[in-house]
Amino acid sequence: MKKRLSAALLALALAAAGAAPAQAETFRWAFQSNVGGLDSMSTGDSSTRNFLRNIYDGLTRFGPDLAVEPALAESWTRKSDTLWTFKLRPNVVFHDGAAFTADDVVFSYTRAMSGASDVKPRLATVKGMRKTGPLEIEIETVGPSPTLLNDLTYMDVFSADWATKNNAAEPIAASTRGENFASRNANGTGPFKVVKFDVATGVELLPHDKWWGKKEHGITRAIFTPISNDSTRVAALLSGQVDMVFPLPEQDAARVRASSNHQVLTTPEDRVIFLGMDQGRDELLYSNIKGKNPFKDQRVRLAVMQAIDTDLIREKVMRGAAFKVGALMTSAAFGWDKSMDERPPYDVNAAKKLLADAGYPNGFTVTLDCPTDRYTNDQQICVAIVGMLAQIGVKVDLLAQTRNLYFAKIGKRDTSFYLHGWGVGTDGQSIMQLLMHTPGQGIGSWNVGNYSNARVDSLIKEIGAEMDEKKRLALFKEAFDIHRAEVGVIPVHGQMLTWAVSKKVTLRQRADDYLDLRYVTFAR
Amino acid sequence: MFSVLTRLFHALATMAAMALIAFSLLHLLGDPVENMAGQEVSVEDKERLREAFGLNASVPERFASFVLALVQGDLGRSLQYRRPIADLFAERVPATVELVLVAAIVSIVVGTLLGVWAAAKPDNFLSRLVLTGSVVGVSLPTFATGTLLIYLFAVAVPIFPAFGRGETVDIWGWQTGLLTRSGLMALVLPGATLGLFQLGIVLRLMRAEMLDVLRANFVLFARARGLPERSVVLVHALRSAMLPVVTVAGINLAGLVAYSLITETVFQWPGLGLLFIDAVQFADVPLLAAYMVFVAFVFVTINLAVDLAYRFIDPRIRAGQTMQPG
Repeated sequence: MKKRLSAALLALALAAAGAAPAQAETFRWAFQSNVGGLDSMSTGDSSTRNFLRNIYDGLTRFGPDLAVEPALAESWTRKSDTLWTFKLRPNVVFHDGAAFTADDVVFSYTRAMSGASDVKPRLATVKGMRKTGPLEIEIETVGPSPTLLNDLTYMDVFSADWATKNNAAEPIAASTRGENFASRNANGTGPFKVVKFDVATGVELLPHDKWWGKKEHGITRAIFTPISNDSTRVAALLSGQVDMVFPLPEQDAARVRASSNHQVLTTPEDRVIFLGMDQGRDELLYSNIKGKNPFKDQRVRLAVMQAIDTDLIREKVMRGAAFKVGALMTSAAFGWDKSMDERPPYDVNAAKKLLADAGYPNGFTVTLDCPTDRYTNDQQICVAIVGMLAQIGVKVDLLAQTRNLYFAKIGKRDTSFYLHGWGVGTDGQSIMQLLMHTPGQGIGSWNVGNYSNARVDSLIKEIGAEMDEKKRLALFKEAFDIHRAEVGVIPVHGQMLTWAVSKKVTLRQRADDYLDLRYVTFAR
Repeated sequence: MFSVLTRLFHALATMAAMALIAFSLLHLLGDPVENMAGQEVSVEDKERLREAFGLNASVPERFASFVLALVQGDLGRSLQYRRPIADLFAERVPATVELVLVAAIVSIVVGTLLGVWAAAKPDNFLSRLVLTGSVVGVSLPTFATGTLLIYLFAVAVPIFPAFGRGETVDIWGWQTGLLTRSGLMALVLPGATLGLFQLGIVLRLMRAEMLDVLRANFVLFARARGLPERSVVLVHALRSAMLPVVTVAGINLAGLVAYSLITETVFQWPGLGLLFIDAVQFADVPLLAAYMVFVAFVFVTINLAVDLAYRFIDPRIRAGQTMQPG
């Protein structure tokens, strides 16, 4: 026993010292959907984009705790509120051996802003980029941009020569409906390079020998396979064919826990599930109340919120795989404050009284739009809510349908009441702009319920331009205090991410569901 | 000659009808643009995408342009992969064809042999056991068989892989899994899953037909003539009993292509079925419509082949007589 312990300690010490020699280790993992293509600028799919972070670098990147850290930019200074200088990392080479320079960064920016690019919205605050030296660039922002370093993580840097030579200088244009060389070939500066890509069977990666960073992983080869069937994915893990799978469906978690060779990892995701209500129209589209809109009355919104027992939903419907939230915010994002997790208590009597005060003592009828295949247990959550609201006389007709129909409907604001979810990301600003700001040109586009408050709008504007972190945090709090007090939406819970891993490997789980191969190591 | 033309016409009409049905139903799948662009992409940019891919056109307009392109040999372009559908099909067809052929051949050969044996030895304990077992094969849904086999032979006793196709070898552009060890191992479970249903049907049908034929006069005569029993059963009787089995097996072969959809999903088998299921989730309408027309084409072709096969098996049909129900 003693011997074993000291051996274990020795191993630990060796591992800690980084002295453990790298062995030939193949890491295999499976995700529920495929990697749709290798061009992060032409994919709307966040899981594909996450995958590609192993292959491409941005100027900045997120660390395992989602803090921004330097990547291809070694350091930066701000000359003024709108002018930044970035010193680029020397001696960086692309997978094809070409040296990385400032030209590649400027080229990638142009590429990211061209026609069909999917990263364009992420770089909305950037006015322009120019080369000021072989390894130095200058970025000008539209106004002061506190989220610039955050936004830059989304801009993968392509080799200008490689992309131009292969006619991939633009991400595929929607008008040509085509693909280009970069859709199925990759050449980044990241820690891994693609050796084989097939949409159906997966992607094979090798470490990039000349990667600029300090290698912490023990991978000599990495193989990704999409496995869409939940039970097959778990079987692949239990049979040892893959070392890690995600997501792990809750009904299979027990089986993985029972295996002595595997473990379940969970962490709060940055995604909030909430109920939206139409507060804009003078009459609801789908209700028995005519001539007025009950959801325009703050008391009604609060009544609905207090009638929903979210503790019970987390415990029974989500089987514990959810956490409490009180606003469109999670602790992983900048701008969060612990007051944002507080919510008015579940209280049916208080809810009934609020409804009566608002003039609806017998409740009303409303249709709830609900996706069936987008969020964890989305339909079951809606069914539970229907039952809970019946207790206060609000009769809910459930319209549960597949996400393609659901999103088409609520995207047109053709709804009175809907269950929706949103990934907050690493900074609270974007969710506020998209979901809390009064809808207008290019802003508030997912504020489907038309919540509108002039003070919140102006606070959002200030948040987007405040460079002082402390002041910015205070602005966040004020805006969320108003939004919460007015019950702009009814937060239900935050989702947990569940991964299953073989005990052979160790890795770090991130709140944005990204498997960072940089931290995958093998147990000896 | 005339009958061949009629058949060809029927075939084309069937495929046209399939395309029409596909198009009139597929818009119910919803809006693919939400899948094509990220949530952050502005409403205006999404509208541009919709316009570029012709998603704003009415269903009849989209159907017309689909058929027009199809006549010119263009299957169209997938919304999800943004690649020509013909290319996608070409990549996926080998996996499905190999799976279906293995399942079909094994189930027909094994099913026929077991069926003949069960008919020749109706009182044998083992043959009764096999007969009972075939009921299970016929009545278990494919996804249940697949999941069960995975847990038995990939997890509990890890002999075969739980998913995928193993290593493949490229032969003139055809990716085959039949030439590598891992490829053959990977075929076992999905092949068994897909073939089990077919095997049960062939076995039971074969047995029933054989029992019938073995009572027929010509068998009595053959036996009276002193022909060896083996030759009576395997040559004379079997040939007569084959006809309905060939019909059903032929129709079922097309069914296998359709059923492979479920098997491929369970085993993450990178064939056409998996492509189809992914496309349903994405609402990739052009791909779905092309797939359905393709499957209609397979059905029509196989039916034609079955008709032709009759002429070889049953001399009465070759002579132009109408077939009498047995």
